[in-house]
Amino acid sequence: MMELAVVWSVLIAQTMLALAMAFALYRMARGPRAQDRILGLDTLYINAMLMLITFGIRTANTVYFETALIIAVIGFASSIALAKFLMRGEVIE
Amino acid sequence: MSHLTDLPPWAALLVCGLMLIGAATTLIGSLGLLRLPDFYARLHAPTIATSGGTILLCLASILCFAVLQSRWVFHEVLIIFFVTVTTPVTLMLLGQATLYRDRFEERQGVPRKPKPAPGEE
Amino acid sequence: MRTWFPYPLLSIALLLMWLLLSQSVTPGSIVLGLVVSTVLAWVTLNLQPARSRLHRWSRIAGFILRVVGDVIRSNVAVTLIILNAGRRPVHAGFMTVSLDLDDENALALLACVLTATPGTAWLEYDRRQKILLFHVLDIENEDLWRKTITRYAADLKEIFE
Repeated sequence: MMELAVVWSVLIAQTMLALAMAFALYRMARGPRAQDRILGLDTLYINAMLMLITFGIRTANTVYFETALIIAVIGFASSIALAKFLMRGEVIE
Repeated sequence: MSHLTDLPPWAALLVCGLMLIGAATTLIGSLGLLRLPDFYARLHAPTIATSGGTILLCLASILCFAVLQSRWVFHEVLIIFFVTVTTPVTLMLLGQATLYRDRFEERQGVPRKPKPAPGEE
Repeated sequence: MRTWFPYPLLSIALLLMWLLLSQSVTPGSIVLGLVVSTVLAWVTLNLQPARSRLHRWSRIAGFILRVVGDVIRSNVAVTLIILNAGRRPVHAGFMTVSLDLDDENALALLACVLTATPGTAWLEYDRRQKILLFHVLDIENEDLWRKTITRYAADLKEIFE
Protein backbone atom coordinates (compact mmCIF):
# COMPACT_ATOMS: atom_id res chain seq x y z
CA MET A 1 0.00 0.00 0.00
CA MET A 2 2.65 2.51 1.11
CA GLU A 3 4.85 1.20 -1.64
CA LEU A 4 2.25 2.28 -4.21
CA ALA A 5 2.20 5.75 -2.67
CA VAL A 6 5.98 6.05 -3.05
CA VAL A 7 5.86 4.76 -6.62
CA TRP A 8 3.14 7.25 -7.53
CA SER A 9 4.88 10.17 -5.90
CA VAL A 10 8.08 9.24 -7.75
CA LEU A 11 6.04 9.37 -10.97
CA ILE A 12 4.51 12.75 -10.08
CA ALA A 13 7.91 14.13 -9.09
CA GLN A 14 9.37 12.92 -12.39
CA THR A 15 6.57 14.62 -14.32
CA MET A 16 7.25 17.89 -12.50
CA LEU A 17 10.99 17.59 -13.12
CA ALA A 18 10.39 16.86 -16.81
CA LEU A 19 8.27 20.01 -17.01
CA ALA A 20 11.04 21.96 -15.26
CA MET A 21 13.54 20.59 -17.79
CA ALA A 22 11.24 21.71 -20.60
CA PHE A 23 11.14 25.26 -19.16
CA ALA A 24 14.94 25.35 -18.87
CA LEU A 25 15.26 24.00 -22.41
CA TYR A 26 12.90 26.71 -23.66
CA ARG A 27 15.05 29.39 -22.02
CA MET A 28 18.14 27.81 -23.55
CA ALA A 29 16.68 27.68 -27.04
CA ARG A 30 14.97 31.05 -26.91
CA GLY A 31 17.74 33.17 -25.44
CA PRO A 32 17.56 36.10 -26.06
CA ARG A 33 21.24 36.55 -25.19
CA ALA A 34 24.11 34.17 -24.59
CA GLN A 35 24.01 34.52 -20.80
CA ASP A 36 20.34 33.48 -20.73
CA ARG A 37 21.24 30.35 -22.65
CA ILE A 38 24.01 29.46 -20.22
CA LEU A 39 21.65 30.00 -17.28
CA GLY A 40 19.15 27.69 -19.00
CA LEU A 41 21.83 25.05 -19.52
CA ASP A 42 22.88 25.31 -15.88
CA THR A 43 19.31 24.78 -14.67
CA LEU A 44 18.80 22.00 -17.21
CA TYR A 45 21.65 19.90 -15.93
CA ILE A 46 20.64 20.40 -12.30
CA ASN A 47 17.11 19.26 -13.17
CA ALA A 48 18.49 16.25 -15.04
CA MET A 49 20.56 15.36 -11.99
CA LEU A 50 17.47 15.53 -9.77
CA MET A 51 15.62 13.33 -12.24
CA LEU A 52 18.38 10.72 -11.92
CA ILE A 53 18.02 10.86 -8.12
CA THR A 54 14.30 10.09 -8.39
CA PHE A 55 15.15 7.12 -10.63
CA GLY A 56 17.66 6.06 -7.99
CA ILE A 57 15.01 6.18 -5.23
CA ARG A 58 12.70 4.07 -7.39
CA THR A 59 15.24 1.38 -8.29
CA ALA A 60 17.81 1.57 -5.43
CA ASN A 61 20.58 1.29 -8.00
CA THR A 62 23.84 3.01 -7.03
CA VAL A 63 24.73 3.70 -10.65
CA TYR A 64 22.09 6.45 -10.81
CA PHE A 65 23.62 8.26 -7.84
CA GLU A 66 27.12 7.97 -9.27
CA THR A 67 25.88 9.43 -12.54
CA ALA A 68 24.15 12.26 -10.68
CA LEU A 69 27.39 13.09 -8.87
CA ILE A 70 29.36 13.13 -12.12
CA ILE A 71 26.76 15.36 -13.78
CA ALA A 72 26.96 17.78 -10.83
CA VAL A 73 30.74 18.07 -11.09
CA ILE A 74 31.07 18.21 -14.88
CA GLY A 75 28.13 20.59 -15.26
CA PHE A 76 29.80 23.00 -12.85
CA ALA A 77 33.02 22.93 -14.84
CA SER A 78 31.18 23.51 -18.12
CA SER A 79 29.16 26.43 -16.77
CA ILE A 80 32.29 28.05 -15.35
CA ALA A 81 34.09 27.61 -18.67
CA LEU A 82 31.16 29.15 -20.58
CA ALA A 83 30.94 32.09 -18.18
CA LYS A 84 34.70 32.68 -18.54
CA PHE A 85 34.27 32.55 -22.29
CA LEU A 86 31.57 35.24 -22.12
CA MET A 87 33.79 37.51 -20.08
CA ARG A 88 37.04 37.30 -22.04
CA GLY A 89 36.34 35.48 -25.28
CA GLU A 90 38.74 32.71 -24.30
CA VAL A 91 38.55 29.97 -21.70
CA ILE A 92 42.15 29.53 -20.55
CA GLU A 93 44.25 32.61 -20.00
CA MET B 1 7.72 -6.36 -5.38
CA SER B 2 10.77 -4.25 -4.66
CA HIS B 3 12.86 -2.67 -1.93
CA LEU B 4 10.10 -0.12 -1.33
CA THR B 5 7.84 -2.78 0.26
CA ASP B 6 10.15 -2.89 3.27
CA LEU B 7 9.71 0.81 3.98
CA PRO B 8 7.70 1.45 7.17
CA PRO B 9 4.63 3.71 6.64
CA TRP B 10 5.99 6.78 8.46
CA ALA B 11 9.20 6.71 6.40
CA ALA B 12 7.27 6.20 3.17
CA LEU B 13 5.06 9.19 3.93
CA LEU B 14 8.07 11.38 4.76
CA VAL B 15 9.89 10.27 1.61
CA CYS B 16 6.80 11.05 -0.50
CA GLY B 17 6.39 14.47 1.09
CA LEU B 18 10.03 15.49 0.77
CA MET B 19 10.20 14.25 -2.81
CA LEU B 20 7.03 16.02 -3.92
CA ILE B 21 7.93 19.31 -2.21
CA GLY B 22 11.45 19.13 -3.66
CA ALA B 23 10.20 18.50 -7.19
CA ALA B 24 7.62 21.28 -6.86
CA THR B 25 10.31 23.73 -5.69
CA THR B 26 12.47 22.82 -8.66
CA LEU B 27 9.52 23.29 -10.98
CA ILE B 28 8.85 26.75 -9.51
CA GLY B 29 12.51 27.68 -9.92
CA SER B 30 12.43 26.74 -13.59
CA LEU B 31 9.11 28.54 -13.98
CA GLY B 32 10.88 31.64 -12.68
CA LEU B 33 13.45 31.20 -15.43
CA LEU B 34 10.55 31.35 -17.86
CA ARG B 35 8.52 34.18 -16.36
CA LEU B 36 10.91 36.73 -14.89
CA PRO B 37 11.45 39.73 -17.14
CA ASP B 38 15.21 40.28 -17.50
CA PHE B 39 18.48 38.43 -17.06
CA TYR B 40 19.43 39.78 -13.65
CA ALA B 41 16.03 38.81 -12.25
CA ARG B 42 16.35 35.36 -13.81
CA LEU B 43 19.68 34.92 -12.06
CA HIS B 44 17.73 34.36 -8.82
CA ALA B 45 15.57 31.53 -10.13
CA PRO B 46 18.05 28.58 -10.24
CA THR B 47 19.06 29.10 -6.60
CA ILE B 48 15.59 27.95 -5.55
CA ALA B 49 15.99 24.79 -7.60
CA THR B 50 19.35 24.08 -5.99
CA SER B 51 18.97 25.20 -2.40
CA GLY B 52 15.40 23.94 -2.12
CA GLY B 53 14.97 21.17 -4.67
CA THR B 54 18.31 19.41 -4.49
CA ILE B 55 18.50 19.39 -0.71
CA LEU B 56 14.92 18.13 -0.27
CA LEU B 57 15.23 15.40 -2.92
CA CYS B 58 18.57 14.23 -1.56
CA LEU B 59 17.11 14.23 1.96
CA ALA B 60 14.26 12.04 0.71
CA SER B 61 16.80 9.64 -0.78
CA ILE B 62 18.97 9.67 2.35
CA LEU B 63 15.96 8.94 4.54
CA CYS B 64 14.74 6.16 2.27
CA PHE B 65 18.03 4.29 2.11
CA ALA B 66 19.04 5.02 5.70
CA VAL B 67 15.83 3.36 6.89
CA LEU B 68 16.22 0.45 4.48
CA GLN B 69 19.97 0.17 5.11
CA SER B 70 20.34 -1.28 1.63
CA ARG B 71 22.99 1.06 0.31
CA TRP B 72 25.47 3.63 1.54
CA VAL B 73 24.08 7.21 1.44
CA PHE B 74 27.42 8.93 0.91
CA HIS B 75 26.61 9.94 -2.67
CA GLU B 76 23.67 12.09 -1.65
CA VAL B 77 25.68 13.90 1.02
CA LEU B 78 28.38 14.60 -1.54
CA ILE B 79 25.81 15.80 -4.10
CA ILE B 80 24.33 18.23 -1.55
CA PHE B 81 27.82 19.51 -0.73
CA PHE B 82 28.90 19.95 -4.35
CA VAL B 83 25.71 21.60 -5.52
CA THR B 84 25.46 24.06 -2.62
CA VAL B 85 29.12 25.04 -3.05
CA THR B 86 29.26 25.21 -6.84
CA THR B 87 25.98 26.88 -7.80
CA PRO B 88 26.74 30.24 -6.11
CA VAL B 89 30.15 30.30 -7.83
CA THR B 90 28.61 29.68 -11.25
CA LEU B 91 25.91 32.28 -10.77
CA MET B 92 28.38 34.86 -9.44
CA LEU B 93 30.68 34.39 -12.42
CA LEU B 94 27.75 34.49 -14.84
CA GLY B 95 26.50 37.71 -13.22
CA GLN B 96 29.92 39.30 -13.48
CA ALA B 97 30.27 38.25 -17.12
CA THR B 98 26.87 39.75 -17.91
CA LEU B 99 27.71 42.98 -16.12
CA TYR B 100 30.98 43.20 -18.05
CA ARG B 101 29.22 42.60 -21.38
CA ASP B 102 26.42 45.05 -20.63
CA ARG B 103 28.92 47.76 -19.72
CA PHE B 104 30.93 46.99 -22.82
CA GLU B 105 27.84 47.39 -24.99
CA GLU B 106 26.73 50.42 -22.92
CA ARG B 107 23.22 49.19 -22.32
CA GLN B 108 20.69 51.25 -20.41
CA GLY B 109 19.83 50.57 -16.78
CA VAL B 110 23.13 48.96 -15.84
CA PRO B 111 25.16 50.54 -13.03
CA ARG B 112 28.36 52.21 -14.20
CA LYS B 113 31.76 51.10 -13.08
CA PRO B 114 32.54 52.98 -9.85
CA LYS B 115 34.96 55.84 -10.40
CA PRO B 116 38.18 55.70 -8.39
CA ALA B 117 38.04 57.99 -5.38
CA PRO B 118 39.91 61.31 -5.68
CA GLY B 119 43.51 61.07 -4.55
CA GLU B 120 43.88 57.49 -5.75
CA GLU B 121 45.24 56.24 -9.00
CA MET C 1 56.32 16.95 6.57
CA ARG C 2 54.93 20.26 5.37
CA THR C 3 56.65 19.92 2.02
CA TRP C 4 55.08 16.54 1.38
CA PHE C 5 51.65 17.33 2.79
CA PRO C 6 51.09 21.08 2.49
CA TYR C 7 47.39 20.75 3.37
CA PRO C 8 47.01 17.75 5.68
CA LEU C 9 43.29 18.27 6.33
CA LEU C 10 42.53 18.54 2.62
CA SER C 11 44.57 15.41 1.89
CA ILE C 12 42.80 13.41 4.59
CA ALA C 13 39.38 14.58 3.40
CA LEU C 14 40.22 13.66 -0.20
CA LEU C 15 41.49 10.23 0.85
CA LEU C 16 38.33 9.58 2.87
CA MET C 17 36.17 10.68 -0.04
CA TRP C 18 38.08 8.42 -2.41
CA LEU C 19 37.66 5.40 -0.13
CA LEU C 20 33.96 6.08 0.47
CA LEU C 21 33.23 6.55 -3.22
CA SER C 22 35.03 3.41 -4.30
CA GLN C 23 33.46 1.64 -1.28
CA SER C 24 36.48 -0.55 -0.64
CA VAL C 25 39.40 -0.49 1.80
CA THR C 26 41.71 -2.79 -0.12
CA PRO C 27 45.41 -1.80 -0.06
CA GLY C 28 45.25 -0.96 -3.77
CA SER C 29 42.55 1.66 -3.39
CA ILE C 30 44.27 3.11 -0.31
CA VAL C 31 47.53 3.57 -2.25
CA LEU C 32 45.71 5.10 -5.21
CA GLY C 33 43.78 7.41 -2.88
CA LEU C 34 46.99 8.50 -1.15
CA VAL C 35 48.60 9.33 -4.49
CA VAL C 36 45.56 11.30 -5.68
CA SER C 37 45.17 13.25 -2.43
CA THR C 38 48.87 14.17 -2.27
CA VAL C 39 48.99 15.31 -5.89
CA LEU C 40 45.82 17.36 -5.48
CA ALA C 41 47.25 19.02 -2.37
CA TRP C 42 50.29 20.09 -4.43
CA VAL C 43 47.98 21.43 -7.13
CA THR C 44 46.18 23.44 -4.44
CA LEU C 45 49.55 24.81 -3.30
CA ASN C 46 50.04 26.25 -6.78
CA LEU C 47 46.76 28.14 -6.49
CA GLN C 48 48.13 29.98 -3.42
CA PRO C 49 44.90 30.25 -1.44
CA ALA C 50 44.80 32.96 1.19
CA ARG C 51 45.12 31.55 4.68
CA SER C 52 43.05 33.02 7.46
CA ARG C 53 42.58 32.13 11.08
CA LEU C 54 39.25 31.72 12.77
CA HIS C 55 38.99 33.57 16.04
CA ARG C 56 35.55 33.10 17.49
CA TRP C 57 34.54 29.49 17.04
CA SER C 58 31.48 30.05 19.22
CA ARG C 59 29.93 32.49 16.73
CA ILE C 60 30.03 30.06 13.81
CA ALA C 61 27.00 28.03 14.91
CA GLY C 62 24.91 31.17 15.31
CA PHE C 63 25.97 32.43 11.88
CA ILE C 64 25.09 29.12 10.21
CA LEU C 65 21.68 29.04 11.93
CA ARG C 66 20.92 32.59 10.80
CA VAL C 67 21.95 31.81 7.22
CA VAL C 68 19.78 28.69 7.12
CA GLY C 69 16.80 30.62 8.48
CA ASP C 70 17.28 33.40 5.94
CA VAL C 71 17.62 30.92 3.07
CA ILE C 72 14.36 29.19 4.01
CA ARG C 73 12.52 32.50 4.45
CA SER C 74 13.69 33.94 1.16
CA ASN C 75 12.97 30.65 -0.62
CA VAL C 76 9.32 31.10 0.34
CA ALA C 77 9.39 34.81 -0.57
CA VAL C 78 10.91 34.21 -4.03
CA THR C 79 8.49 31.35 -4.69
CA LEU C 80 5.58 33.73 -4.01
CA ILE C 81 7.14 36.40 -6.25
CA ILE C 82 7.54 33.94 -9.14
CA LEU C 83 4.01 32.58 -8.77
CA ASN C 84 2.58 36.12 -8.70
CA ALA C 85 4.80 37.36 -11.53
CA GLY C 86 1.93 37.27 -14.03
CA ARG C 87 -0.35 39.51 -11.98
CA ARG C 88 2.09 41.75 -10.15
CA PRO C 89 5.13 43.27 -11.88
CA VAL C 90 8.49 42.27 -10.37
CA HIS C 91 10.41 45.11 -8.74
CA ALA C 92 13.98 43.98 -9.21
CA GLY C 93 16.94 46.31 -9.03
CA PHE C 94 20.58 46.94 -8.22
CA MET C 95 21.79 48.01 -4.80
CA THR C 96 25.10 49.09 -3.37
CA VAL C 97 26.29 48.71 0.19
CA SER C 98 29.63 49.51 1.75
CA LEU C 99 31.35 46.68 3.56
CA ASP C 100 34.10 46.69 6.15
CA LEU C 101 35.75 43.33 5.44
CA ASP C 102 39.36 42.69 4.47
CA ASP C 103 39.82 38.96 4.80
CA GLU C 104 39.70 37.18 1.44
CA ASN C 105 38.04 34.06 2.80
CA ALA C 106 35.43 36.05 4.69
CA LEU C 107 34.57 37.91 1.49
CA ALA C 108 34.33 34.65 -0.45
CA LEU C 109 32.06 33.16 2.19
CA LEU C 110 29.85 36.26 2.18
CA ALA C 111 29.64 36.08 -1.62
CA CYS C 112 28.59 32.44 -1.54
CA VAL C 113 26.01 33.02 1.18
CA LEU C 114 24.52 36.02 -0.62
CA THR C 115 24.29 34.23 -3.95
CA ALA C 116 22.99 31.01 -2.43
CA THR C 117 20.13 32.95 -0.84
CA PRO C 118 17.40 33.27 -3.45
CA GLY C 119 16.53 36.91 -3.88
CA THR C 120 20.05 38.33 -3.66
CA ALA C 121 22.91 37.88 -6.12
CA TRP C 122 26.44 39.17 -5.63
CA LEU C 123 27.70 41.02 -8.71
CA GLU C 124 30.81 43.06 -8.04
CA TYR C 125 33.00 44.16 -5.17
CA ASP C 126 35.20 47.20 -5.44
CA ARG C 127 38.24 46.47 -3.29
CA ARG C 128 39.50 50.03 -3.14
CA GLN C 129 36.33 51.75 -2.02
CA LYS C 130 34.90 48.63 -0.35
CA ILE C 131 31.58 48.98 -2.09
CA LEU C 132 29.55 45.92 -2.98
CA LEU C 133 27.19 45.93 -5.94
CA PHE C 134 24.47 43.32 -5.83
CA HIS C 135 21.08 42.61 -7.34
CA VAL C 136 17.90 41.95 -5.41
CA LEU C 137 14.64 40.53 -6.72
CA ASP C 138 12.45 42.52 -4.35
CA ILE C 139 13.78 46.05 -4.07
CA GLU C 140 10.77 47.30 -2.11
CA ASN C 141 12.24 46.46 1.30
CA GLU C 142 15.65 47.84 0.52
CA ASP C 143 16.46 48.66 4.15
CA LEU C 144 15.87 45.06 5.19
CA TRP C 145 18.43 43.77 2.67
CA ARG C 146 20.93 46.42 3.71
CA LYS C 147 20.46 45.52 7.38
CA THR C 148 20.81 41.77 6.66
CA ILE C 149 24.07 42.22 4.76
CA THR C 150 25.61 44.55 7.32
CA ARG C 151 24.71 42.00 9.96
CA TYR C 152 26.39 39.18 8.01
CA ALA C 153 29.48 41.31 7.47
CA ALA C 154 29.67 42.14 11.19
CA ASP C 155 29.39 38.44 12.08
CA LEU C 156 32.07 37.45 9.59
CA LYS C 157 34.34 40.21 10.85
CA GLU C 158 34.03 38.85 14.36
CA ILE C 159 34.71 35.30 13.22
CA PHE C 160 37.62 35.98 10.89
CA GLU C 161 39.38 39.11 12.17
